[in-house]
Amino acid sequence: MQIVEKAQLMTATEIDRTVQRLAHEIVEKSGGTANLALIGVRRRGVPLANRIAQAMRGIDGVDVPVGTLDITLYRDDLSKVAAQPILQSSDIPFTVDDKDLVLVDDVLYTGRTIRAAMNGLFDLGRPKRVRLCVLIDRGHRELPVEASFIGRTVQTSDTEIIEVRLKEIDQEERVVLVERVS
Amino acid sequence: MSYRFGHMLGIEPLSAGEITFLLDQSKPFQEIQRHPLKKLATLRGKTVALAFFEPSTRTRISFSTAASRLGADQMNLQAESSSLKKGESLLDTVRTLDAMKPDCIVMRHSSSGAPDFVARNLALPVINAGDGTHEHPTQALLDALTIRDRRGTLEGLNVTILGDILHSRVARSNIHLLTKFGCRITLCGPAMWIPRELEFLGGAKTSIRRVTRIEDALVDADVVLTLRVQQERLHEPMIPLDEYILQFQLTPERMRLAKPDALVLHPGPIVRGLEIDPAVADGPQSCVLEQVTNGLAVRMALLFLMTGSGADAPPEKDSSHAAD
Amino acid sequence: MLLISNGRVLDPASGTDAPRDILLDGDRIAAVAPHGQLASPAVGAEVFDATNLIVAPGFIDLHCHLREPGGESSETIETGTRAAVRGGFAAVCPMPNTRPVNDNVSVTRAIIERAAQVSPVRVWPIGAASIGSKGESLSEIAAMKQAGIVGVSDDGKPIANAKLLRQVMDYCRALDLPVIDHCEDSSLFAGAVMREGKQSVRLGLRGMPAATESLAVARDVQVGELTNCRLHIAHLSARASLELVRSAKAKGLPVTCEVTPHHFTLTDEDVRYDTRYKMNPPLASREDRDALIAGLADGTVDAIATDHAPHEPALKDVEFDRAPFGVTGFETALGLGLELVHAGKLSLMRLVELFTSGPARVLGMKRTIAENEPGDLTIFSTEHNWTFLANESASKSRNSPFDGRTFRGAPMATIVAGRIAYKR
Repeated sequence: MQIVEKAQLMTATEIDRTVQRLAHEIVEKSGGTANLALIGVRRRGVPLANRIAQAMRGIDGVDVPVGTLDITLYRDDLSKVAAQPILQSSDIPFTVDDKDLVLVDDVLYTGRTIRAAMNGLFDLGRPKRVRLCVLIDRGHRELPVEASFIGRTVQTSDTEIIEVRLKEIDQEERVVLVERVS
Repeated sequence: MSYRFGHMLGIEPLSAGEITFLLDQSKPFQEIQRHPLKKLATLRGKTVALAFFEPSTRTRISFSTAASRLGADQMNLQAESSSLKKGESLLDTVRTLDAMKPDCIVMRHSSSGAPDFVARNLALPVINAGDGTHEHPTQALLDALTIRDRRGTLEGLNVTILGDILHSRVARSNIHLLTKFGCRITLCGPAMWIPRELEFLGGAKTSIRRVTRIEDALVDADVVLTLRVQQERLHEPMIPLDEYILQFQLTPERMRLAKPDALVLHPGPIVRGLEIDPAVADGPQSCVLEQVTNGLAVRMALLFLMTGSGADAPPEKDSSHAAD
Repeated sequence: MLLISNGRVLDPASGTDAPRDILLDGDRIAAVAPHGQLASPAVGAEVFDATNLIVAPGFIDLHCHLREPGGESSETIETGTRAAVRGGFAAVCPMPNTRPVNDNVSVTRAIIERAAQVSPVRVWPIGAASIGSKGESLSEIAAMKQAGIVGVSDDGKPIANAKLLRQVMDYCRALDLPVIDHCEDSSLFAGAVMREGKQSVRLGLRGMPAATESLAVARDVQVGELTNCRLHIAHLSARASLELVRSAKAKGLPVTCEVTPHHFTLTDEDVRYDTRYKMNPPLASREDRDALIAGLADGTVDAIATDHAPHEPALKDVEFDRAPFGVTGFETALGLGLELVHAGKLSLMRLVELFTSGPARVLGMKRTIAENEPGDLTIFSTEHNWTFLANESASKSRNSPFDGRTFRGAPMATIVAGRIAYKR
């Protein structure tokens, strides 16, 4: 089983510009940031959420709290997972009740991760609103999930995978389209 | 680094790495106890068989709650149940449970080695919830989690264990676990219950000493683990309780010999005024309630790790990284 | 007529170690001569070629359990003796802890008659010392002796107290019967399932110290001194007990002892929770085992006895605490003894002595290969490689810690009363 790179979709600069744009969009479309909070979905949603919050500070000094959410316990497909999943803690240092939440993740695909994330959120309380922000939407939804804030929409096929590589985790900054070849 | 566990029969065969992994994996479950909604669907559709051949309230409720909060179903066997009274053998009893296809069995039994026996005869993951005087691995894990949370580390601590060590599975599991992290263990109790052979538990490089005076045992202790006094005793004369209290009760005066930030642990149930003075049991050094909460977390982690995922599966669709 | 040709005869009673031909006629040995030099030719005799094999007097097992009457689901006289003959034994002494206990003539006769019908080997029962082995009053020992017992014991249990032991010994001295005792202090034994030590503490299993046995040995030796009766210590397992026997012998007292193959092979470190390692007396420490091997070599130990104790799988497939004590042993005894010989710890002649003239002496008999002696022979190889599989044992039970063990050396034929009772 080999992984072959087919195309580069975003450079480091493009990622940064998109993050800035998303931050502005969220602030603009939130009608008041008092109750706003970002929740980064582990793993790569976390640095993205942090960067978006950072970018928001640059906009009128808006200071939005960031939490992290590990969805392993909420997945619907655990029995199909071969490797022993390693649990990470979720860390949401504010109450979720009545908050205007934005879930942040790197890639939106089938929608199952976001469904699991919402289960996790609702275990914590009752948010006022939950919207989704993703860097890439690659289609092929299997559940009725939609993102309100999208960095880029990309058409893909089933055998392709979109890898968002961020320096906090991957030691490089780019988005690539890869394919599994046996 | 991730580990798989086929069975959890005892602490002795585990490495320090595996124990650290288990404690780390317990942390998300500690957190869940703080959620308003404490229920997950993670083990939905899985069944946990609880086979308690020895009466137990606390451990059974803890495992049962752990299973429920993970969304699993339960099969419940209790010691008072009639089939055991009718003389059905252990093997037949667990085979009957096994025929109903649980995903794992949590077992407590009065015979040392009974879970090992069941594990040899069934193809079912077995979790030992206490076997005779041999091991009680989840107790040692929750004790370790409590110590690590309060002290920041498990390495190199002075740990004193007080009471009837010879007949205590809690003591054995704790000795196995803490010596793997280089702790120095002091065992203290009535002389006939701290035989020399206890010094050989835990292998070559460990530091285990026995003393009969509680004062000698408590000096500079970081952790004091008080065992309960078993008044039900077969084949053994019991020492008079007043004797025990005089020599071995953990009092505030005696606790002053330990380090100021020393922790006091007890597996429960506590008999205030017997092995422990109420002031110590309810004082700031006492970790008893945290132990209970951590017990839930540890048992949830163990049930999750042993029944939560499958062995042969195709690569995940949703992973955004092929190599994840 | 049966001719055993060209075997290497090892006969401890006569000190013979030489190639010999042996002619058996009826149930006796008719003639013994250097190979090829039999005085009268053996016309029409069946010939057994014993080239490269050892020919010894028929092995005697002083201590075994055949379970019949009462315990037939674990073993019968028929199945037990079939296992015995495969192990090279020509005679076995079953202990009286049957149901009912062999404490009276009817039971003794029933055992002997049944053996006559189905057993390929000689069966010499041990009678109970006390009625029901309850340790209260003497059983009808004299009548049982007439019926065929060769010794008395309350095995399974110790003879209950010093006073009873003294009565039994006084009585048996007059009858010239050995008293065989399972030496055990009941209070130290209570509830224990293995030897007390590092392993028992590690496993959380209740243990009994070596003194459980040696205290009772000390008692027995002193009572024996009062009575001058022949005392035989059953399944001796501890160095401390061995030393007591050694000093008793040094004083000229008629004390003998036996050791089982599992005690000279395994130790308490081999116990985990497998009930095939649970027996009484339990597997002892390494020092004990090494002392037993030294005692086998230096003559302090008189006999190897198997204490073959079959238990059907349903009884043994339980938690360690609940399992009955006992392991089988007929078919592995010689192989385990030869392990000591191959390791240089024991001479082959000495091993043969422990299986033949040693036990014979305990019973007050003589066993030798000479004209007119009983036609019992054990023919074995010291080289034949084989693996013992409990599933294929002739015993009804499978409780052996040696299941799957490979041996170098095996019984090749057992001759009982002039006939080939077993041939590999």
